Amino acid sequence: MKPAPFVHHAPRTVPEAVAVLAQVGHDGKVLAGGQSLVPLLSMRLVTPGHLVDIGGVAGLDAVEVDEAGVRVGALVRHAGLERHAEAADALPLLRQAVRHVAHPAIRTRGTTVGSVAHADPAGEMPAVLALCRGTVEVAGPRGGREVAAADLFTGPMETTLEPDELAVAVRFERFPAGTRTAFAESARRRGDYALAGVALAVTLAGEEVTAARASFVSVTPVPDVLDLTPVLAGLALPELPAGEVAELVRGHVDPESDIHAPAEYRRMLAAELTVRALRGLRDEARAGAA
Amino acid sequence: MSTRQVGEKVQRREDPRLLTGNGRFVDDLGRGALHAAFVRSPHAHARILDIDIGDAWELEGVEAVYTWEDLPGRVAEPLPVLIPHPALTHPRTGYCLATQEVNHVGEAVVMVVARDRYLAEDACARIRVDYEPLPPVVGIPAAREAARLVHDDVPGNVAATLLQEVGDLESAMAAAPHRLTLDLAVERSASTPLEGRGVLARWDTDDGSLRLYSSTQTSTGLRAAVAAKLGLPLAKVEVVTPDVGGGFGVKIVHPWPEEVLVPWAARVLGHDVKWTEDRREHFVSAAHERGQLQEVTVGFDDEGHLLALDVRFWHDNGAYTPYGIIVPIITATQLLGPYKPGAYRVEFWSLYTNTVLVTPYRGAGRPQGCFAMERTMDAIAARLGLDRAEVRSRNFIQPEEMPYDQGLMFQDGRPLKYDSGDFPASLAALKALVGWEDFEGYRAEAERAGRRVGLGIGCYVEGTGVGPYEGGHVHVETDGRVNVATGLTTQGQGHQTVLAQVVADELGVRLEDVHVTTGDTRAMPYAVGTFASRGAVMSGNAVALAARVVRAKALRIAADALEVSPDDLEIADGVVSVRGAPGTAVDLGTVAVLANPLRYAFDTAAQAATQFAGTFDPQRPPVAEDDEPGLEGRDFYSPTQATFANGMHAAVVETDPVTAEVRILRYCVVHDCGVMVNPMIVEGQVHGGVAQGVGGALYERMVYDEGGQLLNASFMDFLMPYASEVPHVETDHLETPSPLNPLGLKGAGEAGTIPVSAVIASAIEDAEGIPIRSMPISPPELWALRQQHAAGTVTAQEGPS
Amino acid sequence: MSGQAGSAAGAPGAEELLEVTLRVNGVSRTAGVPARRLLSDFLRHDLGLTGTHVGCEHGVCGACTVLLDGEPARACLVFAVSAQPHEVTTVEGLGSDPGALGPVQRAFLECHALQCGFCTPGFLTTVTAYLEDTPDPTEAEAREAISGNLCRCTGYQNIVSAVLRAAELRRGATPEPTP
Repeated sequence: MKPAPFVHHAPRTVPEAVAVLAQVGHDGKVLAGGQSLVPLLSMRLVTPGHLVDIGGVAGLDAVEVDEAGVRVGALVRHAGLERHAEAADALPLLRQAVRHVAHPAIRTRGTTVGSVAHADPAGEMPAVLALCRGTVEVAGPRGGREVAAADLFTGPMETTLEPDELAVAVRFERFPAGTRTAFAESARRRGDYALAGVALAVTLAGEEVTAARASFVSVTPVPDVLDLTPVLAGLALPELPAGEVAELVRGHVDPESDIHAPAEYRRMLAAELTVRALRGLRDEARAGAA
Repeated sequence: MSTRQVGEKVQRREDPRLLTGNGRFVDDLGRGALHAAFVRSPHAHARILDIDIGDAWELEGVEAVYTWEDLPGRVAEPLPVLIPHPALTHPRTGYCLATQEVNHVGEAVVMVVARDRYLAEDACARIRVDYEPLPPVVGIPAAREAARLVHDDVPGNVAATLLQEVGDLESAMAAAPHRLTLDLAVERSASTPLEGRGVLARWDTDDGSLRLYSSTQTSTGLRAAVAAKLGLPLAKVEVVTPDVGGGFGVKIVHPWPEEVLVPWAARVLGHDVKWTEDRREHFVSAAHERGQLQEVTVGFDDEGHLLALDVRFWHDNGAYTPYGIIVPIITATQLLGPYKPGAYRVEFWSLYTNTVLVTPYRGAGRPQGCFAMERTMDAIAARLGLDRAEVRSRNFIQPEEMPYDQGLMFQDGRPLKYDSGDFPASLAALKALVGWEDFEGYRAEAERAGRRVGLGIGCYVEGTGVGPYEGGHVHVETDGRVNVATGLTTQGQGHQTVLAQVVADELGVRLEDVHVTTGDTRAMPYAVGTFASRGAVMSGNAVALAARVVRAKALRIAADALEVSPDDLEIADGVVSVRGAPGTAVDLGTVAVLANPLRYAFDTAAQAATQFAGTFDPQRPPVAEDDEPGLEGRDFYSPTQATFANGMHAAVVETDPVTAEVRILRYCVVHDCGVMVNPMIVEGQVHGGVAQGVGGALYERMVYDEGGQLLNASFMDFLMPYASEVPHVETDHLETPSPLNPLGLKGAGEAGTIPVSAVIASAIEDAEGIPIRSMPISPPELWALRQQHAAGTVTAQEGPS
Repeated sequence: MSGQAGSAAGAPGAEELLEVTLRVNGVSRTAGVPARRLLSDFLRHDLGLTGTHVGCEHGVCGACTVLLDGEPARACLVFAVSAQPHEVTTVEGLGSDPGALGPVQRAFLECHALQCGFCTPGFLTTVTAYLEDTPDPTEAEAREAISGNLCRCTGYQNIVSAVLRAAELRRGATPEPTP
């Protein structure tokens, strides 16, 4: 289990990185944290001729928080985002979700942008990006562009990013005032890819739900958002219509069977996790009110 | 007076080394060695049509590429059948490199040797093997049906079938007031030590000798096998076992193809060659265990007493049978546990499949046997509406019935005769530990909170410390250092500590002066290996006997020197002194000097042993006729039969009413391995064993598709538990000494693992009210089982047969 | 296992060597290696620091965990060339003298938190970094902290105890642990 040979490129700036990718992108891969890529290389399941190692590219390691949301540079590690207090204040969902990414020793190297660009349906951060209506900032030979989450994911491990483009940052948008979020997932072992997971955002006006949305991990080919508002709008959380929520989730998700769980189990699990996450928010709201 | 070491929680001697990066595992050795890698079969069953090595050998750094056609003499012949048995009528073993046919994914076909492993794998990637795929046989039902054959010349895929019967089963069954039949299944798991296999060969071209370092559980077995394969005199082959990163059974198999090919290549190339197995290779080319289908029919009376037990099972032995039928024999015999079965008949079929071979994994057939027996006990209790512990208790062999002969032949070819044990006391201790009588109250309380909990129990007896023998060699140096050697190998059991404790007590020396070597054929060429929980029993007693030899000699020499009778002497802290007159003493180092008459003094102390020192009677030869020079001694421990340890486990589990996730809330162990040399180490063995059992019960399995591809050949998908999945283990120990050996020991290595699947199944069944008949069980499986049960497609109770 | 990969292996001929310089355990070390050399192999085979062990080479087992700038990372998931900006600490850097154990090492000894010792270096580095951040963990936190490393021998129970004991030792308290 040793990687095949490749040519290593170590650009120092984004334009340099883009220039290298323009040359070798068709036979190259971007190496950032490497936590998903290196095992694939070692198993020779992917054998690119070139690796563009962006580890030394200046200016990609910042987390920036502003009125609109949280901007995460391409070299920000999951652990850095997890620790970032301002980011957690602006968007608690970031910390709620990133804690579920593998194990700490993976989070110290793995990058949030890399996880988004990898577009694994079992990844937590793509689901968060989708729920936040986030965007990816892309640099490429044809100049920079921004891709909205809704336009980014095209299938499992597939995005609209071109091989010669570099994702330089992702922007997670803040939720409207009064929004509470939750993240829940269930894996066979703690830290494994989830059998199912859910990211949830519920907006309240006083006690009353005005909007509720969810996105999922491991049970949808791409992390598209389910609008729960139709069954929750106008209700207070204690009146949670668990059955209707579950029904809606079961209809939305489209899991695959694999050696760890059949599709039907994952479907049930996604629905149950959503209901439990809502109950958690309800209990949290109660505790906050008490 | 020195403190007695046996029985103490002595901290481990090996730890400071291992904690500071100073351990030496096989891949840590041999800098500069060439590295081997293998092209392995991607097919479960195929004919090899052609091998095209292409330009692989032209790659910079590639030293050699070998196929079967390159192999000479016995290297080209099939690997040995290590444990023949009359019932193993159709043994089959593979070749070091496959020749005409491959029989499982992962079988080695081409060997590459290169400057490093990266380059070796590059070369492998360039080699093309042309296969004609053949239909594979995967899973026990397909093997049993035998519509396809693994080996053309093995009818019915049956490697072996064996029937044992005690009493008149037919009449006992016919007369029984109640009968039940259970169909049971246990899936495959594997040892998966954190360090895979590995071997480093050093060929000395000057004197034509081979030194082999291997991550093995048997250095002497490997030495003999490699010498035979390579046609070398035993005197020219030595095997050294460095630190080994876990074994759990898989490393008892020998010689692995790589263990023959690597030294052969080292000799051909005149260069050190090393092979370090990677994780993917370990999954597809080492060994697995556990897979069985079982059918149990039991006859019992109104009180739940067993009257007749009829067991048939089908054992998946994988593609080859190098280790014979040890695993199913153990299942067939150890299934009986602490119980008297009434009449007993057991018959098994050991079947070939196109999968990785099956050899012992910690527990070695016992977890399956225990599962069969304990599921049966629960089913009887359910049928009669009796307490599950009570049913077990009514069938126990009583302490006063020991030794108890079950009337069967055990895995060592000797009677299955239990030496000692107090099963009622063990059960009482377990019930107290887990709070058996209070559980219904706890359950009711949990139910009120919307929670579903269950209590499970399982009992086992484990034959440990099987022969044929182990040896001990004890040598006292002139500075008082005590060197102890035994031939079996160490994979984390703390032998350097435990055996030092034994010798310190027997010889009367300080623990820190004792230095233990294991698994090195240079230090002890006669040994068997580390398996069947035999390390402490076999080598512990062997080094004790050897230490007694040395002690007797030391007393004799000291008595001469001090001009007293040996009977008046005692040895403590390495000093021989006259009882009651501690001033009249001589230290063991000086005794060692006197034990070796010298012509040349190598240091000042040694002058005392030279020919003009005046310390010897000139009328007697310097070394007496019945004596040998040196303060050293060797002895062997060879028992007439195994010792039988036992234990009982109980678990409390919670099952999620919706998601069917299973959480182990408590896990309790009562364990009796006789005298404990080091209770801290025994406790550690139990913890680790339970963790492996939990893996086998809830997480681990080998998932083969119908084409014979192993779908989860990685730690990503083979779910070995992390700390987050393993419960805290509560323990209690009984110490019923074995009457069979000088130290009263029984083995402890496998105890933790054996009953766990049975216990967890029992607890889940208790929580759910649904019969659990197959393990492991995952949340999706339990969830599906609930649905089938609700739909009435499974029955809660087996009908009378 | 090999034999499946495609044409990516370069043409026959020598592979370009990069001069890789790493600060390891406070010492600057250099070796010429191909770009694909994993940090785990670089430490073990190029620098001879064999205390870092390789258990799976796909980032799951944690045996190869080292510290990069004090944070735990899988050495099998990092190329040596990519690790150059970081300060690397291996088990040898926690204390390489068997006669002078560091607090985490000593806690593992006292609590019998290792058997075969193969996974142990990865636990030691992980726990060392963890206690920097969380000097006084609860038992549940201690268990969580080691839940990214696989051990096949111990069942983890004594490792959990060792984490708690190491925390005590780091705080300067040295009463004997309760068995």
